[in-house]
Amino acid sequence: MEYLPEMHLHNPATVEEAIRLHDAAPASRYLAGGSDLLVNIRRGIEQPDHLVYLNGIAEMHAITDGPDQISIGAAVTLRELAESVLLREHFAAVAQAAGEVAGPSHREYGTLGGNLCLDTRCVFYNQSEWWRAANNYCLKYRGDTCHVAPAGKKCFAAFSGDVAPALLLFDAEVELAGPDGRRRIALMDLYRNDGMDHLTLTSGELMVAVHVPKMPSAIPTGYAKSRVRGSIDFPLAGVAVRMGLQDQLIADLRIGLTGVSPLPFLVRGLETFIGRRPDDACLEEVRDVVRRQAKAMKTTLTPPHYRRRVAGALAQKLAESIF
Amino acid sequence: MKSTLSLTVNGVTRDDVVPDNLLLVDYLRDKAGLTGTKIGCDGGECGACTVLIDGRPRHACLTLAATCQNAKVETVDGLSRDGRLTAIQRGFHEKLGSQCGFCTPGMIMASEALLRRNPDPSEADIRDALAANICRCTGYVKIIEAVQFAARERTA
Repeated sequence: MEYLPEMHLHNPATVEEAIRLHDAAPASRYLAGGSDLLVNIRRGIEQPDHLVYLNGIAEMHAITDGPDQISIGAAVTLRELAESVLLREHFAAVAQAAGEVAGPSHREYGTLGGNLCLDTRCVFYNQSEWWRAANNYCLKYRGDTCHVAPAGKKCFAAFSGDVAPALLLFDAEVELAGPDGRRRIALMDLYRNDGMDHLTLTSGELMVAVHVPKMPSAIPTGYAKSRVRGSIDFPLAGVAVRMGLQDQLIADLRIGLTGVSPLPFLVRGLETFIGRRPDDACLEEVRDVVRRQAKAMKTTLTPPHYRRRVAGALAQKLAESIF
Repeated sequence: MKSTLSLTVNGVTRDDVVPDNLLLVDYLRDKAGLTGTKIGCDGGECGACTVLIDGRPRHACLTLAATCQNAKVETVDGLSRDGRLTAIQRGFHEKLGSQCGFCTPGMIMASEALLRRNPDPSEADIRDALAANICRCTGYVKIIEAVQFAARERTA
């Protein structure tokens, strides 16, 4: 891998100072854990001149238990999320998903904000400079052809963060700060279905916190993923399930997916299962709905049909196991 | 750009002028002369560069040295005292947890972090704690035995 280029590192103490520093420098990036950004810089797919380091900002490290919501600072590490008693109690799938990201040493410095804003990934993109050059680059960076779908003009690099689908189960909102002030949007609206430009963040905006409304009563949730190496890897498919029963019948069902498209999303059309008994036949139908919507493309060495099938199977298994 | 970095490495306080783009692993190996920490994949995939920062395992190849201001960094070079190996080092020696040895510094630092917070780990705990460290030689069984040996020695 290449050496890091010349860069200026800035250490702001507040969100506002970070935004000013980012705004003042032309090619700058926010840096938190760095487990992905520094790799991408060394591979030449990011070339910032300035890095604005966020870990010195106290506001971004807090987990706050409010009456109606739990707020999680964007610089909270994935290890802290996974171990948080508060999150395990209220949002089990979120804590589980955080604990499934990469390996234990990555989770020590990888952050919630970094995982939610993770760049999309593709076997033709996350490669060294010489590898990509030998392949005439790709649509996402420096090239004009998508090697996944050469006939099209769209990039299919897959969003591969584990925590986002779990947070989608709970109607999470993200608090963003930028040169024009702060705003709060639904987590779902942070993403768009475009592998080249999958985040709706405007220039200079950074994620400050995630706010998750508490549920009136506990509903079982869980997260599971398939990956090449069980110990450490991005998801081939990641599935978060929330399923509540009332009188043995399904009263609440949501399923979030990651790793199978340029954005994390909630599976559509699950309301038809409300009121049904969660028996084998029903959960096989749930599996088939998930499989149909997990439209994985050839962005990993593992073939797409496997990722579709495994997404459905994981949803079925999770639904069987969580209640 | 450069800045002055103050930190302790293996208990020794150091002040160095470091460029902003210097990685911690290069700082440790080239500036501090501590070559125990290894550079394997350069991308956070192998764990050979694992060191402890404020007691927690991290990848020195994905950490900028300049972000370690006032941190307490520990590497494999600083474990033994007066020529005596620590329990985890003895474990790797006695149980043949090391073959080619390249992953060993990272394995030992990740194990050290585990044993400090969990003196009596189960096999599953050990496998979890070492999940980010890859070994191409041993097949991991001897490494797990090494950590179990060290856990017994430390509590004996």
